Parts: sequence; structure tokens; C-alpha cells
Amino acid sequence: MATTLKPVEAVIVGFGWTGAILAQQLADAGLEVLALERGPWRDTSTDFATGFAQDELRYMWRHHLFQNVSDDTLTIRNNVNQTALPMRHLGSFLLGTGVGSGGVHWNGQIWRFLPSDFLTKSNNEQRYGKKSVTDYDLTVQDWGVTYEELEPFYNQFDVLCGTSGKAGNLNGQIQPGGNPFEGVRSAEYPTPPMPQTYGPTLFGKAAAELGRHPFPHPTGNLSQPYVNNLGAQLGACTYCGFCEKFGCGNYSKASPQTTVLPYVMAKSNFTLRTECEVLKVELSPDRKHATGVSYVNSAGEEFFQPASLVILSSYILQNVRLLLLSGIGTPYDPQTGLGVVGKNYAYQTMSSVNVFFDDKLINPFIGAGALATVIDDFNGDNFDHSGLGFIGGAYIAGMITGGRPIEMIYTPQGTPAWGLAWKHAAAKNYLRSFSLSVHGSCMSHRGNYLDLDPTYRDIHGRPMLRMTFDFTDNEHKMSDYLTDRAAEIAKAMNPREIKLNRRVGSWNVVPYQTTHNTGGAIMGDNPANSVVNKYLQSWDVPNVFSMGAGAFPQNAGYNPTGTVAALAYHSAQAIIQQYLKNPGPLVQA
Amino acid sequence: MRMLLRVVGVLIVLSLIAGAYFAWSLSHAVALPAGPVTSVAAAKILLEPIADGPNAAQLRQGQYLARLGDCLSCHLRADGEPFAGGLGLNTPFGVIYTSNISSDPDHGIGKWTPDQFYRAMHDGIGGGGQHLYPAFPYPWFRNLSRQDDDALLAYLKTTTPVAYQPPDNKLVFPMNVRAAVAVWNLLPLPPQPGKQTPQGATAEWSRGEALVLGPGHCSQCHTPRNLFGADKQGEAFQGGLLDNFVSPDLTGNERTGLGRWTVDDITEYLHTGRNARAAAGGPMGDVVTYSTSLMTDEDRHAIAVYLKSLSASTDVDVTAADPASMKRGAAVFSDACTACHLENAVGQPTLFPPLGDNAVAQQNDPTGVLHIILAGVRVGPSPTRPSPLTMPSFAWKLTDQQVADVSTYIRNSWGNRASPVTAADVAKLRSTLQLDEVRLTDNSGDH
Repeated sequence: MATTLKPVEAVIVGFGWTGAILAQQLADAGLEVLALERGPWRDTSTDFATGFAQDELRYMWRHHLFQNVSDDTLTIRNNVNQTALPMRHLGSFLLGTGVGSGGVHWNGQIWRFLPSDFLTKSNNEQRYGKKSVTDYDLTVQDWGVTYEELEPFYNQFDVLCGTSGKAGNLNGQIQPGGNPFEGVRSAEYPTPPMPQTYGPTLFGKAAAELGRHPFPHPTGNLSQPYVNNLGAQLGACTYCGFCEKFGCGNYSKASPQTTVLPYVMAKSNFTLRTECEVLKVELSPDRKHATGVSYVNSAGEEFFQPASLVILSSYILQNVRLLLLSGIGTPYDPQTGLGVVGKNYAYQTMSSVNVFFDDKLINPFIGAGALATVIDDFNGDNFDHSGLGFIGGAYIAGMITGGRPIEMIYTPQGTPAWGLAWKHAAAKNYLRSFSLSVHGSCMSHRGNYLDLDPTYRDIHGRPMLRMTFDFTDNEHKMSDYLTDRAAEIAKAMNPREIKLNRRVGSWNVVPYQTTHNTGGAIMGDNPANSVVNKYLQSWDVPNVFSMGAGAFPQNAGYNPTGTVAALAYHSAQAIIQQYLKNPGPLVQA
Repeated sequence: MRMLLRVVGVLIVLSLIAGAYFAWSLSHAVALPAGPVTSVAAAKILLEPIADGPNAAQLRQGQYLARLGDCLSCHLRADGEPFAGGLGLNTPFGVIYTSNISSDPDHGIGKWTPDQFYRAMHDGIGGGGQHLYPAFPYPWFRNLSRQDDDALLAYLKTTTPVAYQPPDNKLVFPMNVRAAVAVWNLLPLPPQPGKQTPQGATAEWSRGEALVLGPGHCSQCHTPRNLFGADKQGEAFQGGLLDNFVSPDLTGNERTGLGRWTVDDITEYLHTGRNARAAAGGPMGDVVTYSTSLMTDEDRHAIAVYLKSLSASTDVDVTAADPASMKRGAAVFSDACTACHLENAVGQPTLFPPLGDNAVAQQNDPTGVLHIILAGVRVGPSPTRPSPLTMPSFAWKLTDQQVADVSTYIRNSWGNRASPVTAADVAKLRSTLQLDEVRLTDNSGDH
């Protein structure tokens, strides 16, 4: 029997980036806010201090910071004709848990999507015809929110993180050294770009020779010490090369821990309860109003936490599952195309090109999560897709996120995977190689979706989430085209040899690709095509808001965190300025 | 003979009390907290606006005195309620638990009369007529006015009552006999403000002196003590030891004191707990969180002006360091310290202190440096700089010899000059701090 607790004004489910942002915004607005996080408290000095943060075996291989898949996982298949099976070892993506969650172990790559990315359907229809967005059974949509509407909120996240970078389009003026393709920015980055090391510099030079437009990757690994708007402090990155899959030991990577927590944890109207897993959002009998959430703590005790406002800010796979388990919105049916919850699950289409030199010491151990020189010439709709047979694109980055010995030793084509020949190749190439990353978009597709698994259950007896996903021909064509563009730059760097790692065949749960899962709780301009409105508010239960990349109707060729954060701030402002004064739908259906 | 025995007896009692007095320690110092840092939330109680009313002025004065007096550093235990006490102060003779000074009538000061409170603040006599242990800084609080005491009590009576009874002290004989404190009270007490005002002293200087010698009770930690726990004559503010942390020299000494600091450096440090030279950790971190960060700019400035007027302590001869130890220490430093303090120990201003020309590093007593390396240290969060930047513990990683070498190296590089450290020094402190078998904290290790 669940114990009913004292009501709060807002309950936040999941305490990563969006949970922390909403907690800060709503607590500052004076609300009594409670956050429930299923994982443990995590802090720099105790969980990933400099003395042991760079432990590849513990964090990368043994998944120390990630979700324990023996307690809870999801089932996976490529298409409806297969039987989905539980993923018992994380691979393609790494699910976070604990305070800060993915915000602890991300690379710190902070991007804005292009203005055209928010108009995927209408823009491509207009430029390339109606067929361009329905080929291959694509189900792309416009977002219902525009870049211009989100711009101030992108800025807000930059100010929070102290993002290091160089503006390319400041108030409509193209700036030398920045990304000339980006949407109009109203402010320069808070801190200058990270100084580039040798590999990214070579990449930039070669790309420029080919007429491309290289610029430094915008990053949450800071180029200099920074104090943010909440008084929280970050240091300058020391290029240790342990960002993704690791927590930052010296406070130089933007994370909830470094940017929000010192401030919000000190607020008397904010409470965090860790190791409390929300099982379900409870609804009123007419199912139009959430009364609160049910959760279980680490001792197995169950509670009902009444709340006027429910913010779902767990990772998208959990958010979508909670919506399905709670009966909020109509589940998507791939046969009929009706229903919305679980619809348009998408991902990221990754490929790469390895570059091997004889005469150049790249020293990849000097790295950082977003240490890269990038070109955006072939991203989104920055180039003419006429006759190419695909929509979307990718950025191409000469990137050195690190030279971690287990994960990041590159060997040339034809090298055996182990043994003496591998050792020789590894020793010969480790210091003289790096990788060009092709970070591609992933359009939504009629057959790619999320629902509840009919067979497998978690430790609480709840159905697992089932993921049905494969790359479509649109993604393969895009990725091949972009990988060829990356190879051109690689060759222009005059290496001894290169190796193309194309995106081939069906999606597989191994190897690691990115933790950029999107969709399933998508946003849009009406309840027939989306789960939430432009303010991430549920169409069906207006006191429930669903944060995160689940709102993306399809995924752009960028890392999602910047857009996830901008949407969260945009939502927070609407809640504070409109919803609280007049609780109810913020957009009339 | 009987007379001699009596004298010896008194001396023994005195030395036991003295030992307890300057060895008392805040129990959180050994293991860094694994949970959220909520101390700023507690401190913010001291910033809550007091509504207009008939005695609002008195209550506001009392609330401000609670900031000046740093009450919450001691009268708040981990995960406890503000003013409810219960923090265990470890002494070689056992544990003293701080009292409940919330407004609760049965467990706190809810029933206290102003006269009772005045006796506690002025004479160290508790509400029940019992002697208070001098961990409670009545030798400094006696310098507050009766009006101040009345205001502070009036404010404390407005705090949320907490029906919490701190545990009984766990002290061995004769320390468990409170009357023994009466003997200690016969010793000279710390100086009173206004007694030795130099010619040309400004009103600001006098305000600073009143704060430092009164509610701030700075010399409780920063003045060395003699065997009996009284101020060492002529060594005021030359630095002491508390909780196995060094409370540094506050005089104008350029090596160990504030000689190189400007008034603004001190003010910034008191305000935010950090500046370009140093960071406030350990007990001083708490002082920043619960007291100095909550003062007015004027009072912080006045304290800085007063401290800058203290003439430099006499420097001591420094033994030269062994070149082999320096070489080993340089290697450890490069490996373990440069991720934050950077090569050449230039640090990152207000984040990670530079270690060159660093007063804490150069204290004559190396205990502070060793403690920081072994146990780690957290910078006190403050309202304007809430980040609890934390140096992790290296006890699990570095051997006694490595800690000794790197400490010797730090104490004798980049312009620093201080006596070398031996592995035996490290072993002793490691044992005192109970870090002999430390491994990564439970929530960070492989398990």
C-alpha cells in the first residue's frame, strides 16, 4: 500500500539536464519543487575525482555511471517481423542514471539546430517537392516551434554553460572564424573557442583548401574559467581526453553538477530525493488531469506523491515508457499510422574516416569531448539536395575527443583485430592517427517507433519499452554522400592512408554510436500529429510536460543537448508566465 | 607536600582541559560528504527577511549577530535542523555535542530569560547553572554588549523550534566534571576591543577590531595556545591548529601570513570563500558559509583593514629540503596535482588556488597541507559563489613517502620556503584522521 505524501506544487521526474533546468526555473519562480531521481547522488570529488576519473576500465568498459541493465532495460528489434529481445549489455547508446545523468558523461558538444531543421517537412517540400518527404515511408514533420522562437533559450543555455565558441552569424552579420551557415545568433559565445590541437588544425586547413568553411566546434569543455549567471564556477579544460562516458574531475565540463546544482540545491523550496524511481503518473478519473506520481524508493517502499504539475524529465526512453504506462496519449500504431505516443523514434546516423600519417605526430591523448574543427557545408539544408535522393545531412568534424587506450586505437584497413600484427599496427599508428566524424541526421520513418514490450518486464513488474528501429535508404544515401565528402578532406590532408567506416546494413546494438535517441513523445502543432505542443505540454493531460529529445519529430545532423536545453527553457518560461496564471492548455487544439 | 600535590592536580586538570580545548574538531572533517551540499540552504535562514513589527529592529540586529557569531558552524549537525545542535566535536577525551539553541522550550532556549542568556554569553554559565565547555566561545562573546545579547536571544526565540535532544557528551573523567572548567576560567582571557587602539586608528579599524575580538572569535583558532589553552603571549593571530587543519597566520608575515594580500583580497575571500590566492576550506569554509559571506560589505572591509594592521610575526629559520625528496615530489606533483593546479602550480584564479607564494602551503606546521592532501577539502559555498569546489582525498592513492615528498616540493617551489616534511609526519596524521585503510568512498568504488 503506497503512502500518500504531502503535496508539492511541481514534481520533477528524473534529475539530469532538463530536470535541473526546470528545477532551477520553477524554484526561482517560487514554486515548491520536488525532484525524484531513480539513481544515486553524484558529485565531482566523490564520484569522478581527478585521481580516478580517467579510469577507462571502470567507466567505459564496466559502465560505472550507466543504467544497470540487469534491473531495467529495453527490448530491441529492427522491424515488426522480428521478436524483440532485451538488451543485456549497453552498446549502441549508453543510458544514464543518477543525479546529472547523461549530463555527467556527455562530451560537451553544444549545438543549435539550423532554422531549416525545424521546418523539415515544409522546407524540403517547398525546395525538393512533396515526394522528398514521403519517399522511403518517411514521416517527417515540422516542429511547431521555430529557430527564431528558440534563439533566446539557446542563448540562455550558452550563458549557463559558458559555451566556448565563435559566432558565425551575429545578428545577421557573418563573422569570420565562425559557422557561416548557422541561424542568426543574438550574442557571441560567452567564452572564446578552445585552442585547436594539431589534428583539427590540419583538418581545418585541408577543408578550407577544398572551399569548405571550417570553424571550431562549440563546446561545453571550457576554454577559460567561467562564472555563470547562477554564480556557479567552471574551470578551463586541461585536454585530458576523458569526457564522454566519464565525469569531469576538474570542473571544466558543463554539467548539472558544475552549472545548476550548487545553486538549486541551496534553495529552501527545492528538494531532491535520490534512489526514488517513478513508476507511473497517476491521473484523475476522467484522465484529463495528473494527480501526482507513484514511486518506489531503494527500500522497496511505495509512495504516492501528489503534485499540481508533473514534469517528465527522464531520458526519452523512460519518458515515453512513463507516458505509455500511465495511459497519457494514444499509442502509435505503425499499421494504421494512427496514434502518437512512440511515433517517430529516430536516432543519429554516424560514420567516420580514419586518417593515418607517417610524418605527423597527432598526439591524440591531448583531447577533449568537443575538441574539433568542423564544417557544416553539408548539414541540414545547407546544400542543394536536388538529384541526391535523400534529405538531411551531417557535420564533418576533425575531432580528437581523446586517445583512450582501450577504446581509441585506430589501425589501418586490413589490420587483424588482435595478435602481433595488431600490436605492431597499434604501436605504429597510435600517435599518428585520428578520426573524422560524420555526424548525420536521422529522419523519422513509419516503421520506427517505441511501444511496450508484450513479454519482458523490469524488476518492478512493468513492461519494458520495445524499440523497433532500422536505418532507411534515406539515411544510408545521406551517410554515403557525406562520408565521401569527409574522405575528400581526409585525402587533402596528405596522409599515408585513410580508412572509411561507412554506415552499412541494419542498425545494430553494437558498437557504440551515440546516445542521441529522439522522438516518441514528439512535439507539433496539433494533437493528431504530436504528443506535446510547442511548450512540451501534453495535449491530453495539460498539467504534464515532457522534456527532452523525445520531442524531436526527427533528428538533425547535430548533437541534441543544446536543443533539448533550449526547449526546456522555452517550456519553463511558458509554464511560469502563462500556465501558472491560468492552468490549462497553452495551445488550443 | 599536600600543597605540591594540589598544585600538580590543578596543573593536570588544566592540561587535560587545554588538550581538549584546542584539539576539539568538527566531525565532518575526515571523510568528505558523499551527499548533496545543503549547508547554503541552512545558511540562507540567516538571510530570511524579518517582517516589520514592534521589535523588528531588535530581531534584525539579533539575526545579524547570529551571522557575525558563526552560530551555525557548530549548532547544526549533518542533515540536522538549523540551531538544533548535535554536532559532535571530537576531543582526545571524548565527544562534546553542541547544544540545541532553537526556540524549543524543552530542548532549546525557548524558556531562557535574558539574564540566563547573558550569563552564558558573558560567563560561560549554562541555563541550568552548569559550566559550559570553552568550545563555546564565551571568552570572545563576553565582548558583546548586553543589548547585543538580548537581541540575539530575541532572534533565536523566533527560530523554528526543534524538539531534538543532542546526545550526552561522551567524556572521560575528569573532563566530565563541568566544574573543572571553573579552574580554566581563572586563566587570562583573550583581549577586549578598545583597550589598545593605536594612534590614528579609524572608526573602520575599531569596527574591525570589535568584530574580530568579539562575535567573530577569530583568535579562537588563529592564535596559538599555550599548554593551558590560553593565548600565547605576544603571538596573537600568528596561526593555530584546529581539527588538524592549520588556521593560518593572519599577521603581516609575507610568507605565512597576509603580508602579500590586499584589503580587497581579504574582503573577497570573506565574501565568496575564494580569491586569486586561496580558497577557504575545512573549518574556515564553514565560517565563510555561515558567517563572513553573510556580513555586510562594510563589516568585511573593516575586518580586512584591522587584519592588515597586524604587524608581521617573526619569521623562523627553515631547514633546507633534501634534493632527492624534491625530485620525487616534483614527479608526484606532475602526476597527481596538475589536473587542477596546473603546471608550475599557477592554478586557476578563484577555482584552484595557485600554490606559489601560498601562505597555507608555507605554514611552519605542515599539518594543514598534509590534511588537505590526505583527506581532501571542500571550499565553503557562499550565496554569490555556491560551487562547493572540492579537492578529492589522495589518501587511497599516495603513500606516506609520496605525500611527504610532494608536500616538501610544494613548500619549497615557486617562491615558497618552508621546512620539509617526513613520511613519519604523514603516517601520524593519517592515523589520526583514520585514513589508514581508506579506499574510494562507497559510492565511487568498484563494487
